[in-house]
Amino acid sequence: MLRIDVGFRRGAFELVARTGIDAGVTGICGPSGCGKSTLLGLVAGLLKPRSGTLRFGEQVLCDVSQRVFVPPWQRHFGMVFQDGQLFPHLSVRSNLLYGHAHLTAAERRFDLAAVAQLMEITSLLDRRPALLSGGERQRVALGRALLYSPRLLLLDEPLSSLDDRLKQQILPYLKRVKEETRIPMLYVTHSRSEVDYLADRVLTMEAGVLVTA
Amino acid sequence: MELTPAESQALWLSARVAFFATAGCLPIGIAVGWFMARRVFPGKWIVDAMVQLPMVLPPVVPGYFLLLLLGTQGPIGGWLLTTFGVVIAFTWKGAVIASAVMAFPLMVQPVRLAFRMIDVRLEQAATTLGAAPWRAFLTITLPLAFPGIVAGSMLCFSRSLGEFGATMAFVGNIPGETRTLPLAIYSFINVPNGEAPAMRLALLSILLAVSALLVSHWINRRAERLLGYASLRDDHAAD
Repeated sequence: MLRIDVGFRRGAFELVARTGIDAGVTGICGPSGCGKSTLLGLVAGLLKPRSGTLRFGEQVLCDVSQRVFVPPWQRHFGMVFQDGQLFPHLSVRSNLLYGHAHLTAAERRFDLAAVAQLMEITSLLDRRPALLSGGERQRVALGRALLYSPRLLLLDEPLSSLDDRLKQQILPYLKRVKEETRIPMLYVTHSRSEVDYLADRVLTMEAGVLVTA
Repeated sequence: MELTPAESQALWLSARVAFFATAGCLPIGIAVGWFMARRVFPGKWIVDAMVQLPMVLPPVVPGYFLLLLLGTQGPIGGWLLTTFGVVIAFTWKGAVIASAVMAFPLMVQPVRLAFRMIDVRLEQAATTLGAAPWRAFLTITLPLAFPGIVAGSMLCFSRSLGEFGATMAFVGNIPGETRTLPLAIYSFINVPNGEAPAMRLALLSILLAVSALLVSHWINRRAERLLGYASLRDDHAAD
């Protein structure tokens, strides 16, 4: 489904990734600084690779030699960041609808009420992000990405800013998303136990290198 | 406080000049502030120096250069006159330009700082939700920079009200056309029995400046509430 074959360099750091991602949840595990987040940035289109290609199904997202680059806002991938990155000036409701509002009716797979219920954030809809707890914030971030009805969901250490108790609370939500939406996910984390719980398969990244056959 | 026609003329002229100078500086200030905050390009320090220059020069110097450029004999002023029949020098439009040039650095600084403070990852999050860069800018960056933009506009407006040197050099001191409040005060000080009107206009200037401060404070309070900062503060106060 997603075919990654890219090279990237920033300063002394060099990343090489050559792998395929299929439906279901793929966990990418590795120590801090191994380039996991950089890899997600490349898939999302927030970073441009120095060489190689990136394909999603039949679509070429990036081909450096052909000068093809699909920008992030046209890739239709959702992303959940480590610290949520909720828009502080918008209510929870407006945050949730930010991507959803500009989809065509045919593109919308979920509605606000259903996602709010799934994430158990219905009572928070009129609040400001500043008044949310860490766990609530990540649930809103996850809901926001879901409402965008992405073709692929990218999760960049979505639980690493939470303590263990909260992690245990959020993981079931992620499992619910996996089972109820069937959106393919790329889940990046340094925590082996998270991917063991959630992922269908786990890839290991080390020192900027992720190469599978 | 009863104003003579000459005094109210100076007051309204000042308000009009400051308003148009601020309105003109606003879009350019936002664009330049954004570029200075977010882009790295060769010769950036030159642009930076050019923007800041009017603030560190004696105001008469930019005024003199404006006269050379935009005067009816100048390259731009001459062209404007022959092509459009427009005269800038020694008109209130020239006073607007003089004020705008002098006040522009004060607009740019807070705007630039506001853009710098915004986490670019918020904009990245917006693009991963399907927002093209212009939409991310209009819905995320610009609203979050709003307090800085208000502060810049406020400084720009106040600096325009106080503009003296560049205005004097470029457009002179013509009653009803270019004699703004500071120029009127200066003129009254230099005539016999002018102390009373000079004092009245001086008090009026203070009133105007304080009102501008209050208005910007009020706008900022509202903006902070809309941006979700104030609710956070209130929440802590309630603890």
